[in-house]
Amino acid sequence: MRLKVALSEQDHVQGSDNAKVTLVEYGDYECPHCGRAHPVVKRLQKQFGDSLRFVFRNFPLNEMHPLAEPAAEAAEFAATHGKFWEMHDGIFEHQSQLSVEFLSGLAKKNGMDPQALADALGSGAFEEHVKQDFMGGVRSGVNGTPTFFINGQRHDAAPDFESLSEAIEAARKG
Amino acid sequence: MALPAVGAPAPDFTLPVTPDQTVTLSELKGRPVILAFYPADWSPVCGDQMALYNEVLPEFHKHHAELLGISVDGAWCHAAFAKDRKLHFPLLADFEPKGAVSKLYGAYHSAGFSERALFVIDKEGVIRWSYCSPVGVNPGADGILEALEKLSGEGTHAA
Repeated sequence: MRLKVALSEQDHVQGSDNAKVTLVEYGDYECPHCGRAHPVVKRLQKQFGDSLRFVFRNFPLNEMHPLAEPAAEAAEFAATHGKFWEMHDGIFEHQSQLSVEFLSGLAKKNGMDPQALADALGSGAFEEHVKQDFMGGVRSGVNGTPTFFINGQRHDAAPDFESLSEAIEAARKG
Repeated sequence: MALPAVGAPAPDFTLPVTPDQTVTLSELKGRPVILAFYPADWSPVCGDQMALYNEVLPEFHKHHAELLGISVDGAWCHAAFAKDRKLHFPLLADFEPKGAVSKLYGAYHSAGFSERALFVIDKEGVIRWSYCSPVGVNPGADGILEALEKLSGEGTHAA
C-alpha cells in the first residue's frame, strides 16, 4: 500500500527537507496505541537525526474516541499559532488526562487564548482540515491507528521501535 | 477456496441481522451492496476493520451503498459488539449452519471463521469487485471506495 497524498503546506513536519527518509504517521490523539507510539517516534528521531523527517496527520476514529476530533482540531488551531508540536506532544504525553478542559489548559500554557480555541472548536473551523487528513489516509490504505508510512510505503509490521528502525534503516540505505 | 468471479451474480442468502430479524441480499437490489466478511467480533485492536468502516460510512452512503458486515458470531454477540463500538451498519450472523454464506463466497477459513473478504455488488446484484486480505491484515476502505466510484462512473473522487 502506498501513500497517495504528497506532503503539502497543510502538513506538520519535523526535520530536514533533505532527509533521506520521511516517516508519516496517521494517528488519533485518544488512541492508546498512538499514545504508546509517541515515545517510539521520539526515539526514532533521536536515533536517525537529520536523516529522518517526521509528519503527523490526523486520523480520528470519532465513534470510538469522542475526544479525538476536538484534540485534532486543537492541534490544528495551535498550528496557526506556530505551536502544533507543543500541542501534539502535550496531548500525547498526558493522554490519560485528555478532555476539552485539558486542551484549553494546554492552549493557555502555550500562550494561546483558550477562548479563541473554544470558538474554533465550536465553529468547526478546523473540521475540514482534519477530514481531509482522514480521507487522504483512507485513500492511502490507512486501516487503523497508528498507521505509519516510510518513504510512502505502508509499514504493516508492529509499530514498535525495533521494526520501525529496521524499516527506516533499510529505506535510508535504499 | 476461490472467490466467486467478478461479473457473476452474487449468490443470494438470508441471514439473521438481529435475534429476530433477517436480511436477504436480493431484497437490497436497486442499490450497491458492500459485503465485508471478517473473522470475529471483539478483535483487540483499536481502529479495527469494522470501526474504520463505521467512520467511512458517510462516504459509502454518498454512493447509496449498503454495507453489511458478516462473521460467524451469533446475533446476540453482534448486538453487543455493535452497541459497544457504536456501529451504524448491520452485522449479519453466519452462525447456523456455521459459515454457510462465507463458504458460498469462498470466504471461509478452515480454522472456523470468515476470511477478510470484501465484495462490491452493483444494484443489479452482480459482483463487480472483490478482494481477500490475509487474516492478519485489515484491508482498509480504499479498494471499496474505488470500486464504488467505478460503479458511479466517476473518474476521481473529491475527498
